[in-house]
Amino acid sequence: MSTSTVVDPATSNAPEAAAASRARFASLVQRQGALAIFVVVVAVASVSFDTFASRGNLTGIAVQASFLAMLALGMTFVIMTGGIDLSVGSVFALGGVLAAWGSQHGTLVAFVLPLAVCGAIGLTQGLIIARGGLPPFIVTLAGLLFARGLLLLLSDEGATTYKVPRGSAFRKLAQGELFGIPYPVLLVVLFFAIGALVLHRTSYGASVLAIGGQEDAADLMGLPVQRTKVLTYVASSLLAGFGGIMIASYTSSGVTILGVGTELEAIAAVVLGGTLLTGGAGTVLGTLIGVLLLQVIKNVINQIGSLDSDWQSVVSGTILLLVVTLQRWLTRVDRT
Amino acid sequence: MSDGTATAPSATTAEDATTRTRPRFDQDWVRRNGVFVALGLLLLANVLLTDNFVSTGTLRLQLVQVAPVVIVALGMALVIGTEGIDLSVGAVMALAAALIPLYVGYGSVGAIVIGLVAGVVVGLIAGVLVAVVGVQPIVATLGLMVVGRGVANLFGGEIKSIREPGIVELGTGSVLGIPYVVLIAAAASIVVWLLVRRSTYGRQLVAIGGNKLAAQLAGLPVRRVLVTTYVVSGLLAAMAGILLAARSQASDPTKLGQLMELSAITAVVIGGTPLSGGQVRILGTIAGALLMQLITATLIFHNIPDSTAQIVQAVIVIAAVYVQLGRGKARRT
Repeated sequence: MSTSTVVDPATSNAPEAAAASRARFASLVQRQGALAIFVVVVAVASVSFDTFASRGNLTGIAVQASFLAMLALGMTFVIMTGGIDLSVGSVFALGGVLAAWGSQHGTLVAFVLPLAVCGAIGLTQGLIIARGGLPPFIVTLAGLLFARGLLLLLSDEGATTYKVPRGSAFRKLAQGELFGIPYPVLLVVLFFAIGALVLHRTSYGASVLAIGGQEDAADLMGLPVQRTKVLTYVASSLLAGFGGIMIASYTSSGVTILGVGTELEAIAAVVLGGTLLTGGAGTVLGTLIGVLLLQVIKNVINQIGSLDSDWQSVVSGTILLLVVTLQRWLTRVDRT
Repeated sequence: MSDGTATAPSATTAEDATTRTRPRFDQDWVRRNGVFVALGLLLLANVLLTDNFVSTGTLRLQLVQVAPVVIVALGMALVIGTEGIDLSVGAVMALAAALIPLYVGYGSVGAIVIGLVAGVVVGLIAGVLVAVVGVQPIVATLGLMVVGRGVANLFGGEIKSIREPGIVELGTGSVLGIPYVVLIAAAASIVVWLLVRRSTYGRQLVAIGGNKLAAQLAGLPVRRVLVTTYVVSGLLAAMAGILLAARSQASDPTKLGQLMELSAITAVVIGGTPLSGGQVRILGTIAGALLMQLITATLIFHNIPDSTAQIVQAVIVIAAVYVQLGRGKARRT
């Protein structure tokens, strides 16, 4: 290829440049793979079903996605530190029940009580993980059991469903809207914007990425490893608890059966969004797209009336496997 | 105990060895065998405090209930030994069970074989994703968990009853007073124990879990061993699913095997197998499953509600791992 007689320094860089462009392509797929699939699915659905692109349906998708989005935002930070939080589904459900119970004693209680309890669970988990050095997988697995146990205790083994009082201002949180956009959707946009700012513009965000990249190195650099980890698990539990508050407001009750398997949906959304499970890299926006993709798939399958809703899990699971396979395949090509 | 420093400098004085290693050795013993100690103490407490605990009926029921968990946990122990994790086991149980009522036309054996094949297929996919493609075990098996549960629902639909006499007998029958379900769990335990301790596969598995790169450089068939491990896990999970369906004479694709992956992981970890791989403790895993079962049973015997039982379990899991962690830390430094 270098037939020219002139010794061009650029030609010696050609293989590197090719490798670099391949790496760029790989990272593009990693970051935007979910976005590409999302765009295709939305385009096909809009053409195929008259009802899909309707304002009401799109708003419905956005509202439905907003609850999972809250959990997934916290999970993104946890996974970026190289950890995992299996407790969020239970904490989410617990937050909802506490909010519904608390709303009988005023709107303030409906907010403060769930956040206090969920924050305490996150703090405990964070301390055990960061200071005790126990594996996050086990600690948050125990957290899952603990929060669900607490939830069952509160609801007489699931027999009691607390209702939000009819006139309560608390209902406004998820049922109100501004300029036609429901509050939950606005809240998600706000939270994700803050999340992105925190990740890219604060020293805490830099620490999160550094710890996930290599914890020992981050420690040697003098970064506050333990404090960052504790904060991350607290934030994850608080966000899950807030998701619970939102759904309690939206459904006007504390639904005890919610949240089973939600932690895995959140992990799936984060992975689809291009955050590496090994930590150290990822984007907050990618997670949002991952959540939306999962929700759109659910919606499309509901639109195809003849298809069983069981197809939801088959399709979203298959897409998850395809995306990660593609990610791995491309990053491998890049490495050799 | 196993670290070279205790044995290699034999030239140092004997008193040095006794003063330094004796207390650490004892602590180490408790850490390694804490699950057996806890199980023993809880058994003793029940013998003393629980009415009608010492009866063949109670004992048999506990063993029948724990048998499927043991079978799944055996496979999970192997997977965790390779520094992996298998979240798909619950879905595989549901899938295998869902196939039974559909294929009873081929006879009991035919239907069971089809159920087991389904477990092998899912295990094979998981193994290929992990070993060949290089997807992280937690993501690969999470995807399969979601897909597997969906497929089980698609095949199985709502709850279907199982009336085939051969399968009903498998789930409820017994020989010499010992239920088949318990015998199968015992047989599976012995086979897996032999696999780990006496076979080349077992030694390769532990080596790969300890250090994958080193194992690869040493020329071990890393991919083959990993794929085999996930296949074994899938097969065992399918077996457990079929036994559960046979016992309840029904397959419920939505509920069967739910949260089983967590029970199995808990049993393995409490039994002393580290999540970081490189070790497989089969006896510990069985004791771990028995301990969790006995804790739940004890709380039920004494009319403590399910909610409190879950909270107690959570605390025990953390405590057990914390106690074991001392060993890992001591070894690392």
